Amino acid sequence: MTATVLTITSGKGGVGKTTAVANIGVALASTGQKVVCVDSDIGLRNLDVVMGLENRIVYDLVDVVEGRCRLRQAMIHDKRVPELYLIPAAQTRDKSAVSPSDMVRLCNELRPECDWVLIDSPAGIERGFYNAIAGADKIIVMTNPEISAVRDADRVIGIVEAEEKGSPVLIINRLNSAMVKRGDMISVDDVLDLLAIKLLGIVPEDENVIVASNKGTPLALDGKTKAGQAFQNIARRLMGEEVPFLDLESQGLWQRLLGRK
Amino acid sequence: MSKVASLIDIKGIRDGLLVKLGDAAWPTFQVALINAIDDRSAFYKGARLALDVGDQVLHVAELVALREMLSERGIFLWAVLSSSSTTEQTAQNLGLATRISKPRPSQVQPAPDGVMDAIALWLPRTLRSGTLVEFPGHVTVMGDVNPGAEIVASGSIMVWGRLRGVVHAGSQGEVNAVVCALELNPTQLRIAGVIAVSPKRKGKAQPEVARLKDGILVAEPWQA
Repeated sequence: MTATVLTITSGKGGVGKTTAVANIGVALASTGQKVVCVDSDIGLRNLDVVMGLENRIVYDLVDVVEGRCRLRQAMIHDKRVPELYLIPAAQTRDKSAVSPSDMVRLCNELRPECDWVLIDSPAGIERGFYNAIAGADKIIVMTNPEISAVRDADRVIGIVEAEEKGSPVLIINRLNSAMVKRGDMISVDDVLDLLAIKLLGIVPEDENVIVASNKGTPLALDGKTKAGQAFQNIARRLMGEEVPFLDLESQGLWQRLLGRK
Repeated sequence: MSKVASLIDIKGIRDGLLVKLGDAAWPTFQVALINAIDDRSAFYKGARLALDVGDQVLHVAELVALREMLSERGIFLWAVLSSSSTTEQTAQNLGLATRISKPRPSQVQPAPDGVMDAIALWLPRTLRSGTLVEFPGHVTVMGDVNPGAEIVASGSIMVWGRLRGVVHAGSQGEVNAVVCALELNPTQLRIAGVIAVSPKRKGKAQPEVARLKDGILVAEPWQA
C-alpha cells in the first residue's frame, strides 16, 4: 500500500475542516480503504471529539514525534468501520512541539501502512499550517460561500502554490441553495470564478452536521442526509470515480449563468 | 571560525533578530548561519528572524530549505529583505514579509526621469490575496488580480484579466500613469496621489483604462 496524503486546510477557522476530515475518513473507510486521520491542530484538538474517540486517547501525535510511543500505539481504531484510525493531537502542548520535517517523517512512515492519510490542519497560515501541509501529496482547500472565507482560501491557495505543492482542490461547505436563489449568498460559480481551482465537492448546509459532531458520529456513517451524501461523493471522487454534483449544487451554478449578472 | 562569523551580522531589532548577509555564495552563507546558530542554540531557540540577503537571487526551494532548517532549531523566519525583485517575489509567495518596520533606504528610489519609458515587470500569473508587488516601473499581469492583492508601480499597470485588488500606479507622483484591465473592478485604485473606489457597475464588464484627467480619476473603454 502506498497512501495518498491529503491535507485539508482553509485559512479561516470554523469553515468545517475537522468535520470534513472525519466524514471523508469515514466515507473512504466504509468502501474498504484503510484510512488514517491525523489531527495536526496541537493544543486545540477537536477531531477526536467529532469522531467520538476522545475517551480512547492514550498516546498522541507529539508522543509519536518525540519517540515516547510507536506509531501503531498512537493509532486509535474506529470500530464502526473496518479500517479507520485516528492519530490525535496533543492538547497540552503547542504547535512548536512539531516541525514540518517531523510531519514529513510521520507521513513517510504512514504511507506503506494504509491507503489514505487525512491531515486536519489548524486555521491560520502560521507554523501549524506549515506543519500540516509539509508531508501532503495533495491539498484540499475548504471554504464557505462567504467573502471572508473565500478571501482567506485565496491566500492559502497562493501559499500552497508557492510551496510547490501543486494546485489544490476545493470543497465548498455549508452552501444554502435557498439563500443563493434569493441572491443572499454568493454562488458556487462566484467562488470558482475567483479561486480558479478544481472543484472536489459541494456540501450543503445541514443542521444534522452539528448534531452529529456533538454526538461524535460522523454523518457519512449513513448516507441518509444531504451533507453525508455529499461527503460520500467527495470520497468517491477522490478514488477516481466520476460523480455528478448533487442536484442542489448545479442549481446555483446555472442560476448564476442565466439569472444575475 | 572568525572568517565564517564575519559573513553574517546578527543584531537585535524590535521584532526579533535581523541577520545581514555578507558577500558570499548562498550555500556558504547557509552553512555559516546554521553553524552560528548551533553554537548558541539556547540563545536562538524561539527567536523570530528577519534575513537581509542583499542582492542574492533566491528561489523557492532555497528559502524553503532554510526555513525548514531554522524551524527545526526552533527559529521562526518571518521576513526576507532583498534588493533583488526575484527574491522579494519568492519571499512574498512564501508568505514572508519583505519589509521590517523601518523602510530600507535603498528601496526609496527617486522616480527615474521619464518613468513612462521605464522597464516593465511581466507577471504571467494570477495574483492571489496577500501578494504585494512593488516595482519601480510598469507592471503587466497576465492573469487576475484578486481582492487582497496589491500592486504598487511607479509607472502604469496593465492587467490582462480581472482587476479586483488594490492598485497604485504612478506611485512616485507620475500623473500620466494609467491602469487598464479587461475587467476594471478594483477594491481601490490610485494614480499618483488620487484615490478612487470602483462604482457599482451594471451590465457586462468591458476592458477599461483609468487615467487622471484634470486631477480626477476617470475610467473609459479601452480601445486600441
